[in-house]
Amino acid sequence: MAEMRIGSDAVTRSAAASLLSVRDLQVEFTTAAGVARALDGVSFDVSPGETLAILGESGSGKSVTGQAVMALLPKPAGSIVGGSIVYDGLDLTARPVKDVRKLCATEIAMVFQDPLSSLNPVFQVGYQVAEPFRRRLGMGKREAWGKALELLKRVGIPDAETRIGDYPHQFSGGQRQRIMIAMAIALEPRLLIADEPTTALDVTVQKQIIALLADLQAETGMAMILISHDLGVVAQVAERAAIMYAGRIVETGPIREVYDRPAHPYTRGLLDSIPSAAEIGGRLTPIVGSPPNLLALPSGCSFNPRCPFATDRCRTKVPALRQPASRGSDHAAGCHYSEEVLADA
Amino acid sequence: MLGYVVRRLLLAIFVLWGVATVVFIIVRMVPADPALLIAGQTATPEQVASLRQQMGLDRPLTAQYVQYLGQAVTGDFGNSYTHNVPAVYLIGQVLPNTALLAVLACTLAIVVSIPLGVLAALQVNRIGDRLVTTVSLIIQALPGFWIGVVMLLVFSRSLKWLPSAGLVGAQSLILPTIVLALPFIAILTRLTRSGLIEVNGEGYINTARAKGLGELTVVFPHAIRNALIPIVTVIGLQFGTLLGGAVVTETVFSFPGIGKLLVSSIQLRDYNVLQASVLVIAATFVIVNLLVDLLYAYIDPRVRLSK
Repeated sequence: MAEMRIGSDAVTRSAAASLLSVRDLQVEFTTAAGVARALDGVSFDVSPGETLAILGESGSGKSVTGQAVMALLPKPAGSIVGGSIVYDGLDLTARPVKDVRKLCATEIAMVFQDPLSSLNPVFQVGYQVAEPFRRRLGMGKREAWGKALELLKRVGIPDAETRIGDYPHQFSGGQRQRIMIAMAIALEPRLLIADEPTTALDVTVQKQIIALLADLQAETGMAMILISHDLGVVAQVAERAAIMYAGRIVETGPIREVYDRPAHPYTRGLLDSIPSAAEIGGRLTPIVGSPPNLLALPSGCSFNPRCPFATDRCRTKVPALRQPASRGSDHAAGCHYSEEVLADA
Repeated sequence: MLGYVVRRLLLAIFVLWGVATVVFIIVRMVPADPALLIAGQTATPEQVASLRQQMGLDRPLTAQYVQYLGQAVTGDFGNSYTHNVPAVYLIGQVLPNTALLAVLACTLAIVVSIPLGVLAALQVNRIGDRLVTTVSLIIQALPGFWIGVVMLLVFSRSLKWLPSAGLVGAQSLILPTIVLALPFIAILTRLTRSGLIEVNGEGYINTARAKGLGELTVVFPHAIRNALIPIVTVIGLQFGTLLGGAVVTETVFSFPGIGKLLVSSIQLRDYNVLQASVLVIAATFVIVNLLVDLLYAYIDPRVRLSK
């Protein structure tokens, strides 16, 4: 039974098949102004070789999700206060940070948003790409350097033999991200988390980077979590999408289904606000209002102040993720009025 | 790189010329007559006058200035009035002592403060950090001469473990080294701590952690190399200052270094020694600064030495 569990009330997708299984994850940030719940009951699964896109505006919790998995939440402000992150049968939330990082080093890799600040400016790129081989596999300097060169060639750094000794600032943005990717895939991880990998890049370069990630995935069979605010960028490579809003997953399903028949007003708003080539000269439809302050979330559904479908019910009761009538079993949305949203299209 | 060094050295010549001129003017503005001082109170006015003539002090200032500069270029600063040996020779005798002290104090400071700073940064706001920052703040607030005098009283006078004055073997170096290193340790510890904390939020530190590196490996080498620029600046400045002679500390410990030579040359109105010492100190400072700038380019490849 390939049912999907989202939220605390739905049924579990067969756990054996998934590589990473996040259940009801709660993350809090303690700030001077109070405690912010950055993630509230986030659940999703990633199967081997699959690509999941996590989409949402800034502050929706998509990056925090990646950080929580990698034990990279900023200390001491951020902490996991509930739920579980099960990787390959191992609950990462129950393990010390040290062990999680060790595991991540060989199993789960991460590519960050800004390749310039994510590469250490004072070390040669070769050194940085070779580091996993040296520190994790105990490889000798020369051998690791050779491996790093192979990787740089594989991710398409031109003239890699000479450029391996250069420093990050001597590369273009796209090349830097390629180097980050080389570093991430060095130890052939089974899961790659790419946190806004293309956001800091030019549009043409964005496509190349996404294509590179897709190629590498096809070669290695690794699973990917693509975190992005850009629905267009991930459309070609992701099989499934999870839309996040204010620390919750509000809609999830096969990416084509979600894009073609959004069952949550927020997803629909996001899709409507994408500029499309066919409508040059037309007006964009923005989502009115702005994302909520995590320190003062509205009661009921967090999206209600911005939602054209909102009723009193939305202002009092938090909607659980559920399968809308007439939709497939793997499509779910956290909205009281999904059927109306679908019918309205 | 080579062009940069050459340009900086040319610039240094102007700096040194400026220093030489300022010292020359200040020395002549001081209302004291070296000839009178050397001849002694019992000397007749004629004796003083002839001595002054002998020392060239009766000639017009411009002539003295031209002669002084001309000789300085060849490294000749004239003889010491009091010891009647070349001023350069006197400096040559004490400079190695000062250099030794500077190297020892710097080494001690670096060896102690970097680990302390790392320790503090690794446990920000916890007990170890509080202890390190509080103690270094207290040390920084204490005046160096006071620490020197107290140490003399305790370790030489009361305990009689260490010699109190002069340079009579390796033990003589212990107290001055510690006294010079202490405030330096305090500054450097705080600087290392704050530098590491600042770097801690950077993306590449997250990348290092994502690679599964332990916190200590994240610090060495990833964080420290980036936090090093301000640290190296302070080490360089401090080393330059120490090489120029720690005037107060050398005086307190009667340490035969260039700082003490400078003080005594002022007291004795020994113009030639004074002028030579100041120039040597200035030159050392300029060279150390140049070396620090070159070191920047080595530490941080983004630094370009072309301007």
